[in-house]
This record gives sequence, structure tokens and C-alpha cells, in this order.
Amino acid sequence: MSKPSKKMTLNKKHNITGWLFLAPGALLILFMSFVPMGRALVLSFKTGVGAAMKSCGLMNYTRMFQDTVFVQSIKNTFFYLIIQVPIMLIFALILASILNNRQLRFKGLFRTMIFLPCATSLVAYAVIFRSLFANNGIVNWVLVNLGILDQPYSFLTNVWSARIVIIIALLWRWTGYNMVFYLAGLQNIEYSVYEAAKIDGASAIQSFFKITVPLLKPTILLTAIMSTNGTLQLFDESVNLTDGGPANASITMSHYIYNVSFKYVPNFGYAAAMSFLILILVAILAFLQMKVGDKRD
Amino acid sequence: MIKFRKFAMYLFLIIVSFFSVFPLYWMVCAATNKSAEVISGRLIPGTYFVENMKALLASQNVGRAMTNSFRYAIILTILSLIISSLAGYGFEIYHDKAKDFVMNIILLAMMVPFVATMIPLFQMFSKAGWLNSTIGFILPTISTPFLIMMFRQSARSFPHDIMEAARIDGLSEIRIFFQMFIPTMRSTYAAAMTITFMNAWNSYLWPKVIMTDSNSQTMPMVVANLTQGYVTDYGVLMLAVLFCTLPTAIVFFCLQNAFAEGITGAVK
Repeated sequence: MSKPSKKMTLNKKHNITGWLFLAPGALLILFMSFVPMGRALVLSFKTGVGAAMKSCGLMNYTRMFQDTVFVQSIKNTFFYLIIQVPIMLIFALILASILNNRQLRFKGLFRTMIFLPCATSLVAYAVIFRSLFANNGIVNWVLVNLGILDQPYSFLTNVWSARIVIIIALLWRWTGYNMVFYLAGLQNIEYSVYEAAKIDGASAIQSFFKITVPLLKPTILLTAIMSTNGTLQLFDESVNLTDGGPANASITMSHYIYNVSFKYVPNFGYAAAMSFLILILVAILAFLQMKVGDKRD
Repeated sequence: MIKFRKFAMYLFLIIVSFFSVFPLYWMVCAATNKSAEVISGRLIPGTYFVENMKALLASQNVGRAMTNSFRYAIILTILSLIISSLAGYGFEIYHDKAKDFVMNIILLAMMVPFVATMIPLFQMFSKAGWLNSTIGFILPTISTPFLIMMFRQSARSFPHDIMEAARIDGLSEIRIFFQMFIPTMRSTYAAAMTITFMNAWNSYLWPKVIMTDSNSQTMPMVVANLTQGYVTDYGVLMLAVLFCTLPTAIVFFCLQNAFAEGITGAVK
């Protein structure tokens, strides 16, 4: 009987070792994510500054839907989400399947060049695009010299062009990043599957829709969730590319919450309430995507 | 027909590559030219680098910002890799129902947007006196659900018999982790390192919140400061952007292959 009991204690010992190993990481997440989240929830029912905070019920929550700037920031964020994320993911998928082709030459070179934008910092690329699309920037210079425009177009101070410049910048920065995930996913698909499909007479487009897309579904789901999450939290681009302008026409939710917390007269309660709305939106969208991704067809 | 398709494919890739590289090429050109020449569309690297450098150093304390950014990013990366990989390893190797449950809760934290925790964290950290400090910068992102998940995934492929053999040889559990796991998972570590260093170097919202003193400012903050004036000196601005981009670009180039390999392991 001594043998099983020894094994029991060894298992127990390993069990405790496991908990010790994961404790620092898990506790940090508890105190740096979940505890602040709980505090933000409490804060969202209060109003005032510093020590003079007092309870105000649901006022912060009702206020935000009458706040035209906040409503505008939700619209902007969703505009970026709905336009940019699908274009980027489809584009990344197409690029990845082209680069997965065995006959392609200079594959490494193309991959590196397309992934290169990911090496830039977010502030840096926002500033680069701000300069490229400035009134005296290179884009206007090219358009004027080609005779397409008579005089420089003010991309960053017109409502729609400012939003579109943000989308172009986002596409530039993140398409290659997602492509790498798809390329990695494609490595796990046997290449002979494609060769067999080719022998059976499948066109490149057919094998893209019949092989690549279904087999990459988990990766596509992962990138979709990551991109949605990232887009709902956009901050650097809105601050450094357009400064939310013109007149808040391109401001994102995070940017507005930052302004309410630290730029204007600080109103932490109201900002916390708005940030909770983002949390709920992220959760709903992730849930929906998982539902769609899980569906067997 | 096949020839045409091939041609179209290469043309497409060349166009995409051109647009990917062009803004960065433009950045290098602008950093080495006079602002007036940049505006007049000069697209070849110039000889104005030294003058731009002098002007940049006169207007912003770039040396201090670079040192700060390096200090924050390196300390964060080292701690983050140790703590997150230890947790991922613990979750996978010693997994049972309770640990899987905790892991699922941790994955939920992935959905918590940073703005939702930013204000309470700011309050907690200012009470603790951590504004303008390295610990203030690093603490919220040392342990991330994404890295823990990545290491948990890679620990799945860690051969069980190696562990058993090591145990029979009398190696303690923590030494198995340091002496066997870390060396075998080199590519996962390289991928994690690339991601963490880049995120740390690029982070902007959090330092903007807690680095209230100009002595603690990071490089991205300096770049953002430079755009605040009425007249932009493109030469000086793009030189700062170049400095801000070089460290992540170097890390990325050195670890590019390992990064792709590590991601491959993670998405399996």
C-alpha cells in the first residue's frame, strides 16, 4: 500500500508546484485587470473630483447617450471597424495564399517588405502618415504634379478624407501583421492538398475558398477577434494623425475617454462609465464572432 | 494564360511591397533633407542629417527619452517573459480542472480594454507613489493573457518523457523549467520577446497617463511633442521618428524568422 500513497503525495506536490508557477502571473492579472475593472464599475456610479466623489446613480450612463461627441466617437470607431477590419483581413489572406505558393520566387523578400510596417511604432507611423497627407505633404505634391488636383487638398481637415486617411494608415500598419498569422496557419496545412486539388482541376480561386479559408478558420477567428479588440481601443492614431479632428469628426472612443479623464476638467466617474460601455461592446462582439466561427457548415 | 497570371501575381506583390516600403523610405529621405526640400518633393536621401540632428537635440531631450524607453522596455520584456512563461508552463504541465478554470478566467481579461482599467490604475499608482517610475510603467503589462496562452500552447509540445527522465535524474521542478523547457522553446521565447519589446516600446496611452514629469518621458511621447508646433520641420520630425523606429526595426529583423516560427507554434 505504500506505493499508491507515495504517488498521491507526489501528485499533490506537483499540483502545488503548478499553482506556485502560475501564481505570480495570475495574481498580476487579478490586480492589474480584474481589480481595476471592479473599481471602474464602482467609479462609474459616482461623480465629482478626487476625495469629493459622491454617488450619482445611473446619471453617467444616461448622460453619455446625450453626449454628441461620445456618440460621434462610437460612430467613428464602428466606421473604422466595419470598413477597415474586413478589408484588411481579406487582403492579408490573399497575400498569405499568394506567398504560400511554392513556385513563387523572392518569397522571403516580399514577405519582409510587406511585414516591414509592423516594425514601426504606432506614434511614429501616425506621424509619418500625418506628414504624407499634410497640405504640403508628398501625396498632395504628387497629385498636383500629375495634374489630378489643381491645388493641394486638405485631407486632414475634411471630415471624410480624415477618416479615410486613418483607415489607409491602419491598413498599412496591420495588414502584414495579420498576414504573418495566416502564413503560419498555412504552414500547418499539407501542401500536397493543394497539389491534389490542382490535379483534380481546381482553379486557384476554388482552392482558396474550398481549402484555405475553411482550414484557416481558427486563425481567421483569432485575427478577427484581435483586430476588433484593437480597433475598439484605437488611440494613438486618432491623437497623432488627426488629433480627433476636424471638430471631433474622426475621434475614437478611447481618445475621447482620455480627454475627459486627463485633458479637460477631470471627470473620472463619467470616463469610467464610458469605458465600461467599451468593455461591454468588446465582450458582445467577441461572443458573436465566436458563435459565427463555431458554426459548422 | 498561365504566363499572364504569373505576371499579374508578381505585379500585385510588387505594388503592395512598394506601398509598404514607401512611407519608410520617405521617412529616411526626410530625416536627411532640409524641411523645405522635403516639401518640394525631394525623394532621395540628402546630406542635411547633421543639421537636423543638431536642431532635434536643441528642441527635445532625445538622449534621455531613448534611455527611458530602453530601460522600461528591457526590464518589462525580461520580467514579462519569465513570469508569463512560468505561468503558461504551470497551467499546461500540471493542469487539472481547477487550473483550467483559472486559465479560462484569465483569457477573459484579454477582452478588458485598457481604457476601462486606466483610471483606477492611475489612482492606485499615484497613491502608491509610482507615477514617473519604471515600476509604474511596467506593472500593468508584465503578465498578459496573450503571452500566458502562447506559452501554455507551446508547453503542450514539450516532450513528457524528457520531464520524466529529468525527474528520475533528481532535477527539481523549477530546474526542469529553467534547464530543459527554456532552451527547447527558444523560438517561442523569441516570438514573445519580439511582441513584448515592441508593445513596450510603442506603448503611448499609459505613459501619457503616468509619466507626468518630462524627465520620465518616452521616445513616442517626444515624437508626439514635436508635432505640436504651428510649423512642422519635417527634417527634424522624421529624424525623431527614425530614432523611434530603429530599435523595434532592429529587434524585428534579428528575430523575424524565430517570430514566424513561434507564431506557427502558437496558432497550431
